[in-house]
Amino acid sequence: MTARASREAAIVVRVQIPSPLLSYTGQAEVAVAIPVLAPELPPTVSSVLAALDGAYPGIRFRIVDEQRQLRPHIKLFVGGQLIRDLSTPLTSDSEMMIVAALSGG
Amino acid sequence: MPRTRAAARPAPARRVRLLIATRKGLWTLTSDVARNGWKLAGPQFLGHILHHAVCDPRDGKTLLVAARTGHLGPTVFRSLDSGKTWKEATRPPAFGEGSGRVVDHTFWLTPGHPSEPGVWYAGTSPQGLFRSADAGATWEGVAGFNAHPQRKAWCGGDQDGTPDGPKMHSILIDPRDRAHMYIGMSGGGVFESVDAGADWRPLNKGVRADFFPGPPPEYGHDPHCVRFAGGNPDRLYQQNHCGIYRLDRPSDAWQDIGAAMPKAVGDVGFPVAVHPRDADTLWVLPMDGTSVWPRTAPGGRPAVYRSRDGGKTWKRQDQGFPKSQAWWTVKRQAMSTDMRDPMGLYFGTTSGEVWGSRDEGRSFRCLARHLPHIHAIEAWC
Repeated sequence: MTARASREAAIVVRVQIPSPLLSYTGQAEVAVAIPVLAPELPPTVSSVLAALDGAYPGIRFRIVDEQRQLRPHIKLFVGGQLIRDLSTPLTSDSEMMIVAALSGG
Repeated sequence: MPRTRAAARPAPARRVRLLIATRKGLWTLTSDVARNGWKLAGPQFLGHILHHAVCDPRDGKTLLVAARTGHLGPTVFRSLDSGKTWKEATRPPAFGEGSGRVVDHTFWLTPGHPSEPGVWYAGTSPQGLFRSADAGATWEGVAGFNAHPQRKAWCGGDQDGTPDGPKMHSILIDPRDRAHMYIGMSGGGVFESVDAGADWRPLNKGVRADFFPGPPPEYGHDPHCVRFAGGNPDRLYQQNHCGIYRLDRPSDAWQDIGAAMPKAVGDVGFPVAVHPRDADTLWVLPMDGTSVWPRTAPGGRPAVYRSRDGGKTWKRQDQGFPKSQAWWTVKRQAMSTDMRDPMGLYFGTTSGEVWGSRDEGRSFRCLARHLPHIHAIEAWC
């Protein structure tokens, strides 16, 4: 689940996928490549979700609403830290975990 | 009004199928046209919260399902082969970015006019109207409603409305004119458009709104379910939070036809179902609207009530139902009729039972039990 810089100025982020989203990815861990446009413009959590949606169409809208807010029972962890701001920048060793939290019966 | 029975005969069919949308997935019940024996199949979408599942009568094989899960946001699944395979909408109903509004779930699906194959409409919670021109693959907001300057006044805040969220439902397309539409909103009331949704006006005259002080307002009502009368789109029936109503166009004043219901039973309920060929025949399923509104069969003795004269008189129909201790709740999308003759009448309960009649309500039997909480039933012939 580490990110690394590629020769094409991109980082590859490995993302852990919860069971409610496996119908999109088919696997519990996937890797997505995020372009690095400039050193002062590092990829963000939002850009990871966009890349994820490019690879697995429809997945982003199930976890982020049309106002760019995380849905109520979805949590994101980057490097083990709970992230609420989708503009949070990723570092070269970032990793992401999507968690479907408690949602009732 | 004289009794009207349209000349159209039921379409030939080899089977009758019910689409059962539940809080935990989709099931189907299928029978031959005699409707003697029913076969239950499913689940599909196990664990998904489905508010509506609808077949397109224009081709008989396109199905749309409104879905979300406890964790995930709302979407629409579509099948072009009668439910054998499904694909997710690539752009589900969603409000515009920056609008501040978020679709919690798609609540209602309506196929469009026969002259517009592939067109569907969706009503959401909170109240929003969406249109697809490609059989549910992509959806666009109907700006004439969603961005109407009066929308917020009509609907109240997104936190108002029914316990599981305010919603748009009962999207009706006039079979004679694709630009003529009605919608129902809880809350908000019934609204009409004559220009394909570009503009809307309230249509609630004569309808009580007991939860407001003073005389009934122009809007803000709580229609639970609105249907065209069978074979006569100039007549609408409405089961409202505050009674049962009939509207005969071009009048814009609803007539209170719930007043003729037995006082001990009352005129509260969620669904209303109509005979597909007889504009004077309809069914309601009363629920207890006293004290704290249990919304269960009055006295634990369920019955449907049928009118054959446009609501002037009502007849109790309960043959086959439990005679006591049956505390059913039936939601607004969960009663449906088929196109056979005699017509079949079906409904599903929140306790997971499906009941059906193949003789227009004279007798009922339980077709399935132990299903999850049923949100919607649609007969697919």
